[in-house]
Amino acid sequence: MIPAKFDYKPAQSKEEALSLLAEYGDDAKLLAGGHSLLPLMKLRLATPEVVVDIGSVDDLSYITDKGDVIAIGALTKHRQVEQSDILKEHVPLLAHSASHVGDPQVRNRGTIGGSLCHGDPASDLPAAILATRATLVISGPSGDRTVTSDDFFTDFWETEVKEDELLTEILIPKCTGEKWGFQKFNRRAQDWAIVGCAVQGGDNPGIGMVNMGSTPVRAAEAENALRSGSSSEEVAELADSGLTPPTDIHGNESYRRHLAKILVQRALDN
Amino acid sequence: MSIVGAKVIRKEDPNLLTGRGQFVDDIQPIGTTHMAFVRSTEAHALIRNIDVTAALECEGVVGVWTAADLNLPALPGVPGLERPALATGKVRFVGEAIAVVVAESKYAAADGTELVIVDYETLEAVTSIDEATADNAPLLYEELGSNTVAEVTTADDHQAIFDGAPHTETIKLVNNRCTAAPIETNACLADYGPAGLTVWASFQAPHHLRNRISAWLGIPQDQCRVITPDVGGGFGQKINFTPEFFVAPVLSKILNRPVKYSQTRSEAMTSMYHGRAQEQEVDIAFDDNGKILALRVFASQDMGGYADGTGMGMPVLTTAMSAGCYVIPNVSIAWRNVLTNTTPIAAYRGAGRPEATYLIERAMDHISYKLDMDPTEVRRQNYIPKDSFPYQTHSELAVYDSGNFEGALDELLNIMDYEGLKEEQNANRTNPEKPLLGIGFSSWLEIAGFGPPGSLEGFGHLGSWESVQIRIQPDGSAIIYTGASPHGQGTVTTFAQIASEYLGIDFDKISVRHGDTATIPQGIGTMGSRQVAVGGEGVKNASLKIVENAKSIAAHKLEANPEDIEVTDGNLFVKGTPSKSLSWAEVATFSFQRLELPEDMDPGSLDTTILQEVPNFSFPSGAYACVIEIDKQTGDARIRDMYLVDDCGTVINPLLAEGQVHGGVAQGIAQALFEEFTYDENGQPTTATFIDYLMPGAPDLPSYKSGRINTPNPNNSLGAKGIGESGSVGTPPAVINAVVDAVRHLGVTHIDMPATPQKIWEVLQGGSK
Amino acid sequence: MNYPTSMTINGTNYAKSVDPRTLLVHFIREECGLTGTHVGCDTSNCGACTVLLDGDAVKSCTVLAVQANNHQVTTVEGLASENGAFSPVQEGFRQEHGLQCGYCTPGMLMAATALLKEIPKPTEEEIRQNLEGNLCRCTGYEMIVRSVQWAADNPDGVPVAIGENS
Repeated sequence: MIPAKFDYKPAQSKEEALSLLAEYGDDAKLLAGGHSLLPLMKLRLATPEVVVDIGSVDDLSYITDKGDVIAIGALTKHRQVEQSDILKEHVPLLAHSASHVGDPQVRNRGTIGGSLCHGDPASDLPAAILATRATLVISGPSGDRTVTSDDFFTDFWETEVKEDELLTEILIPKCTGEKWGFQKFNRRAQDWAIVGCAVQGGDNPGIGMVNMGSTPVRAAEAENALRSGSSSEEVAELADSGLTPPTDIHGNESYRRHLAKILVQRALDN
Repeated sequence: MSIVGAKVIRKEDPNLLTGRGQFVDDIQPIGTTHMAFVRSTEAHALIRNIDVTAALECEGVVGVWTAADLNLPALPGVPGLERPALATGKVRFVGEAIAVVVAESKYAAADGTELVIVDYETLEAVTSIDEATADNAPLLYEELGSNTVAEVTTADDHQAIFDGAPHTETIKLVNNRCTAAPIETNACLADYGPAGLTVWASFQAPHHLRNRISAWLGIPQDQCRVITPDVGGGFGQKINFTPEFFVAPVLSKILNRPVKYSQTRSEAMTSMYHGRAQEQEVDIAFDDNGKILALRVFASQDMGGYADGTGMGMPVLTTAMSAGCYVIPNVSIAWRNVLTNTTPIAAYRGAGRPEATYLIERAMDHISYKLDMDPTEVRRQNYIPKDSFPYQTHSELAVYDSGNFEGALDELLNIMDYEGLKEEQNANRTNPEKPLLGIGFSSWLEIAGFGPPGSLEGFGHLGSWESVQIRIQPDGSAIIYTGASPHGQGTVTTFAQIASEYLGIDFDKISVRHGDTATIPQGIGTMGSRQVAVGGEGVKNASLKIVENAKSIAAHKLEANPEDIEVTDGNLFVKGTPSKSLSWAEVATFSFQRLELPEDMDPGSLDTTILQEVPNFSFPSGAYACVIEIDKQTGDARIRDMYLVDDCGTVINPLLAEGQVHGGVAQGIAQALFEEFTYDENGQPTTATFIDYLMPGAPDLPSYKSGRINTPNPNNSLGAKGIGESGSVGTPPAVINAVVDAVRHLGVTHIDMPATPQKIWEVLQGGSK
Repeated sequence: MNYPTSMTINGTNYAKSVDPRTLLVHFIREECGLTGTHVGCDTSNCGACTVLLDGDAVKSCTVLAVQANNHQVTTVEGLASENGAFSPVQEGFRQEHGLQCGYCTPGMLMAATALLKEIPKPTEEEIRQNLEGNLCRCTGYEMIVRSVQWAADNPDGVPVAIGENS
């Protein structure tokens, strides 16, 4: 399978990328690692006229300790997230979640920003971003703006990032020493989760769910129970509450609801 | 030490390990064009119009053709049911070829196919046997009046035995539709020039393809050459005639340029023939001891959108082998072939025998459920005794050659701790921390070594022999040419081992050539686990014939009697007088020199061709056990251990035999737990990529524990039976028997393949039987 | 519009002007004639196209050639040493029958090479997990696992003449 023709515009800097986006508008797509966009282009489910390659913008690839938060450049690859000592210490949930994305080859190319901007409810990283209550920095023609992870995922494969904008940075509050858990249920190791969950403990705990709705979602009622000190059984029982999981060939809605409860309990107990 | 039976590493590997293998898509003659198909997006529809204007204007497109443009005859197939090369008026499955684009590059060809607009009139689709056989079902061929294209009823349903039996059971089974999915998809390259046609094809039987292409195009076979270079897996899926192999030569002739087709995975998933897709109704009658009194099988074979000859034969093989390893005094068989709006069905590794083994091995466990007997004991009650061979079954096709089925079970129980596992199973059931444990058995038997005269002719092949030509070169090295056409089995190595053993020529001085109709005298091909049992026997016999001639030459030169000449370590010498000796090189050189030969011998005597026949099929057998762990909360089933005892008769190379077993077992596990090709109610495939069709990877499969017994094949002198399909035949029932065993305490008696976590969870919830 | 693309593959520089949609795997195979790298699927699942990009294993069907512009690529043709001696991974696959049809093999070799660079003595589980992105239909994987273990146990390789009995 082969992508349709497009014009290729490599950008050397964030500013150049933004100016190319301003120039080509909704005819353009951003290419980072390519592991969300290229599969769609190969199947011709995406046929952009212009591809703006930001893969060489080096100053968007970093993991930095900024005191209360860890800042991650949007072009940081899954592999770097997975292996980062800073993240292992301060946001271990995210480092661990990254180790479950795809397979080693995918993790060597795919970027955290690309994964988040794809907005796929079946992806692992959005759940971790929701659970850790990250803030996302979006750059646009009129400068930077920040949105919370709750506001970031707007619809199926849709995010808050507009056509002329670029996700540049992910800011995650440190969760040093807090409990966390990650569970991914799939049939083959390389598959997307049938259901997954990312649980972050602490004062303001978060539970991000994978494949439990049309967007990456938090299990808000379970979070409330967790915050109020309920037992893991009680929290897990609410894991699917208010959510509308899909039915597909890998699992129907009731099975996904059941899995959500089991996985949240395991994430809390392990 | 004998080289037959030795663990020899492969001659094939150095090329393949360095990127020097040559697969079809690696071959690119100057001027090559690229072909791509426009494929049906409808399961059942009339084609009202095909608009190719935009595609013709596409940059790089050389031409676009539909059936109307080319006016091609139907492809070779079942008389009266042949499929068109390109759809004519009607499409019968998603993925059927409708039009063909040729372009200067792969990329331009892909662009061209996107621009062809097909106007369909959608018809109601039938996607299952039930739908296809319902009253007033939509018909794939209106003119036939039915979707059932063949039906064979039983001569005697043995109803009286069932009426009088202490116990009876009826079991309904679905053998799930799978696709073999070799990692190399279909590919071909056709170059039709003034001197004739050459087709490079990823195929398992080059002569078979050559014969059909030449007949179809009306060109003499001498001017039609088929080459099967390195072939990236086949598993039966590459012995089928799909349109590309016929359309590419036609377009090459029109364009006077080479035309290459390298299929995408998405195309392969819907257009390469699928396998299995068989539904079975099984009735068994048995006594209080678990002895089976009668077996009644009705197999419904889903044919997909077109009836393939091999596909039609699947239930024939299933019903012939339905009695398995057991003495069953009364067997009643019937079957039918039913068209549906799905990808056509043909052979997939095992081809009809996995379906047979699954039904009889599930039946054995049903007896154990009913009588509360150990499943190994039920099998012991019914085994054909080891001194009963040859054993005539209910089927004239199946006269079992040899075997020791109870011996295989004994060896299996020897390499596993069955009693310990049963204790663990009991303990785990009440321990919430532990998974449910299931132990499943399969005493399997298959029909292989295809086959005796007439057996492959029925599937459209020229004969049932295999060709072997051995030519000794002047320096004493040997080249073997064979019609066997391997694609991973290691035949170059095993044939060289056999030849080395019987020629007395060093293994490193023997080459094996295959896969080229211009250099191989004739050939049948690789299918039905036949290479060693048929072709290997030919290598031995050709070697012996050459040695006989070589001895005559040596005797002449050494002034001795031919019967006193011995061959050892690359030399021919007079028995008892090692100093009177000639090297193979010397004898080989003399064989080309008139003045060095005995008067009654012509030059060139160390060159012989054999079309090796065998008097019977072979019947590899064995006993497998699967130990499975099931997560009580999620229903996730993970295999902890697979214990495998094979009896393939004589083993030529234990390393390669083990590899064949592993690969087959992996495909069997895949069928039982992971894979199923499915459609929605409109006939749209729902598993047409490797994202949704769950071919397992390394972390998803267990390691394998092997044992072996050996009852030699009495019908060839090597004693070999074949091992290519054993794993895929024996494994699925072992896995499903284990899954059911794990949840038996809940009253469960069956879970359909693939046993997905959701299905098992539903059973754990009491949501299913 | 074509885009000038230059990269070093197995130590040799290739500079071509390519349609920017050209996938790296097609650049390697068709522009550079290195056909050892294969394509087995459309969806980044099978890993037959795995190459090393700046030393990391990637699926070259999911990378545009232009994305590899000015980078270093290693393919299966670059594994053996200049005198033709097999790398430990190549030798391991030969010794332990880690391949049958050989089509997925180049991708397996590259993924295994990357694995051993990161984890020189992997456990069986680590081998299986790290090969999760490579599908093989022939072997059932156990002999691939043994092949990688062989390479881990013999980091200097052991050249064995073709056909010599083990």
